[in-house]
Amino acid sequence: MTLARTALYEEHLAAGARMTGFAGWSMPLNYGSQIAEHHAVRRAAGLFDVSHMTIIDIPGAGGEALLRRVFAGNLARAMPGKAVYGVLLNADAGVIDDVIVYGREGGFRLIANAATRDRVWRWLGAHAQPDAVLRARDDLAMIAVQGPTARALFAEVADLDATRLAPFSALERAEWMVGRTGYTGEDGVEVLLPGREAADLWRRLVAAGASPAGLAARDTLRLEAGLNLYGLDMDEHTTPLEANLAWTVAWAFGAGEKAPAHAPDFVGRDALARQRAAKPNEVLRGVVLEGKGVMRRGNAVTTGGAEGSTPGIVTSGTFSPTLGYSIGLARVPRGVAGACSVRLRGGDVPARIIKPPFVRHGKRVHE
Amino acid sequence: MSDTPSELRYAPTHEWAFFQDGVVTIGITDFAQEALGDVVFVELPEVDQPVQAGEEAGVVESVKAASDIYSPVSGIVVEVNDELEDSPDLVNHAPYGEGWFFRVQVENDVELDDLLEADAYQERCDAETASGHAPEDGDA
Repeated sequence: MTLARTALYEEHLAAGARMTGFAGWSMPLNYGSQIAEHHAVRRAAGLFDVSHMTIIDIPGAGGEALLRRVFAGNLARAMPGKAVYGVLLNADAGVIDDVIVYGREGGFRLIANAATRDRVWRWLGAHAQPDAVLRARDDLAMIAVQGPTARALFAEVADLDATRLAPFSALERAEWMVGRTGYTGEDGVEVLLPGREAADLWRRLVAAGASPAGLAARDTLRLEAGLNLYGLDMDEHTTPLEANLAWTVAWAFGAGEKAPAHAPDFVGRDALARQRAAKPNEVLRGVVLEGKGVMRRGNAVTTGGAEGSTPGIVTSGTFSPTLGYSIGLARVPRGVAGACSVRLRGGDVPARIIKPPFVRHGKRVHE
Repeated sequence: MSDTPSELRYAPTHEWAFFQDGVVTIGITDFAQEALGDVVFVELPEVDQPVQAGEEAGVVESVKAASDIYSPVSGIVVEVNDELEDSPDLVNHAPYGEGWFFRVQVENDVELDDLLEADAYQERCDAETASGHAPEDGDA
């Protein structure tokens, strides 16, 4: 299969990137050392090509009606210039995708994952009324600038002033949109811009001192920040309550928010309400390894329970460059906490179940 | 293109061997370290431990994957690289130098004949790259 290329493909090759196939795209895995790239984001500023993400513009009243139906997050908060993180659910409350919805003048912009592109399109199409318009923005590139110096650095090289932008806010000028969002647990911005202008911005950011960072660093950064990766930590068979995402669900509209008189009525609400009343059997938690080794997806998590029982399983595991030991996310029975063991290839290694995140703004935050 | 020094011999499992005065120094190749990515732990055999050619003698673990290290020769381990405990990144920065793994005293150097010369090893690596099979997940 031929892999699709982003507008920054040549920049990656010129920078010596090791490229990998990801969701049908040729993407940079690293530019030499993923750990050096990770530290650059925690200590200064890193630069990610995230143009493989799915960008869909959904204008008009028909678009708003569609999102009220398929988006389980608080759409009322997606006023023009505001961004809201949330999930799309199927009728069983399984997660179809996690998305960011940006409110805009006269509509919305939805950013979905790359791997779920076709499924999200089908889902939106199936729920769209005739007056809804969906526009794929494959003409746009997306660059994430992340790290403590990211916003200052972006201000140096771009005409858009994002220095006073509040978290989860966005501003637009012409075809550019800058949101104070990210997937690293650091401050920063994500910039959407026409593909033909992407290489120029990328070069200016590199010249100003931002370090290109690949998918490998993006994965260790998001795991330290306790952020789920769709397809690993959640999928169509897990609900937001089982994926540590209960906080994203809009059960009711808040006071003073632009909202219709009735409660939010999104697909999956009934199934999710039933699970909320009964309490989920399994939840997603963080795991910190206390011995040598690196947790991997699929490793069994055992607690002091019945002999040979396997109460939990690692859904994402890695080595944390900031902390110097292995961390992971694991699906475990509700109520399990504290000491546990993780079965690595060499044997059982002591570990602890915690509430994510592990790292925030460059510092350890887990107990 | 990875670095493949001609004075070394290579195992198909991506270890290198350097023979000198009855002692063989062993490490993993540049091709292997690049495919593994940043190395974070190395488990080495014990000094005085016997090892068999082609059998597991340690583990190298990167952020991305864990891989077994197979001894390319049979003999007794006489020295291990303790520096790797605190600085596993030496495997990435100097796979043929400070990133060596362990040394084995051998009875004779006959087994080295079973190993690949640099040209032959490089050809295998090029073929693996072309077919998209990088060494990882238990195949260092």
